[in-house]
Amino acid sequence: MTSEQRLEQLREKAWQEGVVPGRGVDVVGGPIPRKPGYYGQPVVKPPVWTWEVPLYFFFGGIGGMSAVIAFGAILFHQVEIARTAMWIAAIAGAVLSPILLIMDLGRPHLFLNMLRVFKHRSAMSMGAWILTAFGTSAVAGLIALELHARQIFPGTLGQLLRLAAGIFIFGAAIFGTLLATYTGVLIGATTIPAWFLHRILLPIHFGTAGLGSAAGMLELLGHRIAVLNFLGFYAAAVETTLLIWLSLDKKGAANRAIHEHGSGWLIRIGEVLNGPLALILRFFGLVPFAAISFLIGALVSRFGWIAVGKVSGADPEAVFASQR
Amino acid sequence: MIGEGIQSTNQRKHSFVKDHVEVGFFTDPSVCIGCKACEVACKEWNHVPDDGFNWSGNSYDNTGHLGASTWRHVMFLEQDRQKGNQIVGSPSLGNGDGEDPFRWVFLSDVCKHCEEAGCLEACPTGSIVRTEVGSVLVQNDVCNGCGYCVVSCPFGVIDRRPSPLPDAGGAFKCTFCYDRQKSGLVPACAKVCPTESIVFGRLDDLRARANERVQHLKQNGYGDAQLYDPTETSVGGIHAFFLILGEPEAYGLPPKPQVPTIYLKSAWMAAFATAIASIIATLLGFAFFS
Repeated sequence: MTSEQRLEQLREKAWQEGVVPGRGVDVVGGPIPRKPGYYGQPVVKPPVWTWEVPLYFFFGGIGGMSAVIAFGAILFHQVEIARTAMWIAAIAGAVLSPILLIMDLGRPHLFLNMLRVFKHRSAMSMGAWILTAFGTSAVAGLIALELHARQIFPGTLGQLLRLAAGIFIFGAAIFGTLLATYTGVLIGATTIPAWFLHRILLPIHFGTAGLGSAAGMLELLGHRIAVLNFLGFYAAAVETTLLIWLSLDKKGAANRAIHEHGSGWLIRIGEVLNGPLALILRFFGLVPFAAISFLIGALVSRFGWIAVGKVSGADPEAVFASQR
Repeated sequence: MIGEGIQSTNQRKHSFVKDHVEVGFFTDPSVCIGCKACEVACKEWNHVPDDGFNWSGNSYDNTGHLGASTWRHVMFLEQDRQKGNQIVGSPSLGNGDGEDPFRWVFLSDVCKHCEEAGCLEACPTGSIVRTEVGSVLVQNDVCNGCGYCVVSCPFGVIDRRPSPLPDAGGAFKCTFCYDRQKSGLVPACAKVCPTESIVFGRLDDLRARANERVQHLKQNGYGDAQLYDPTETSVGGIHAFFLILGEPEAYGLPPKPQVPTIYLKSAWMAAFATAIASIIATLLGFAFFS
């Protein structure tokens, strides 16, 4: 019954009987609170982050894990793959990622303040330092590798460059794995129920999606080799497992943003694309399609996780349920 | 303190900052009259801009919630429960028993200044600091607006101020009137509170006083009076605590708030495991397939 109809009914009754018992109308928002919590107001604040952040998660993942592939390639003397991978690492991880991260700040001109302090208890602070360390070693590694590969400096200097490239690419690989995974910690260690309830899944998902995306990107750039196909299989298999885990891991109202809300579909569509679909396409040898499917899935699911965080953070019942 | 006139801690000058004494707020809805003077005083003193004049329809509360431009927020709860021993309602309107339990509860919400503060731990610039009096302060000129404190506060207090408001882009919340306190003055909201529903003072004094008040109310028919000060969770207690009537959920307060740093260990373990697995998978791939 709409409140207007109820009002009419009450007027009718008042006209006939002189008095109206009962508590009147139950309009939305008052007078007795009917919504959960305090007039349905959010208990925690939903994230203020916009499109830059999920895009940063995506490029950070590709860039970071490309450096890992570059490191493996260098170790096994496959310089051409290493070169392409380091270009991806430098462009995605050392150029696009910082730009996106700075764009998302409320005060972009103060971005250097990120490096005022080093706080291991803040995933955001750790992330800023990981990105700085990764960017430095990836760019240095790329320059050394290119100079070495083009044999610009002969003799001892050339050998030194090779050594330097190896060291910097090793550093980029180590910081790259952290760059691809820390983002899961970043949103996992918050007060948003849909995020902190999946704090184990998130770093696994973000890191593995980064590895699969890096392999897929290299394949699309022409490196159709068995190693990358294997990494594609590995990543898609892990993502398939995560999709099953996420689908089974229902926690009622606490993480209902994932299971009942539209934004949860973004995650599931993303996970289907980079999980089972990429796996099947790869199984039938349709490598470029598998790579594209994985990349789109990785991108969509990053947007899905941020969207779910906004829904979950604005849902007071989710917060209450997660604490019971 | 009440009835002490100018000797009340709400009115006396003090040297808590100089002496490094932990201070706090005790907010007591049983004497709040919902005048919102605290909201006004806070806005005036701190030059907090208005964030819209919207009619909410939620009782007399058109402020809504704490945020970047709302550092004190008076809640208006309309509950179908009896307030203490009061007899309310008119027998002629009711069903003949003369009982129409209803209570109107006002509570001035504010930043809790947690013992373990999520925002402070999360801040990557060092903009958020702990002051000499134990309060949590955002240094506005350092904050670069990364927004991580927003999702790290278990109480949804701090927020990033949107454009086109003045100082947009930075994170804002209650400063505990640190500037006033440094000069020996009482925070504006407590100073102006006409019923001393907001009491400012030494943390240990306030805790004792709050416990006394709860006992007093319980003896006078307020069976559901309790102290909201989550000391047993990872938040470790709050410096601005509340007396509440009924459940914390009704006030939009989380029943068991947790500081999100407790999730770091398991999340980082998953991250490290993924990092190692990725390196091993890559090296195995190159070893066997090239």
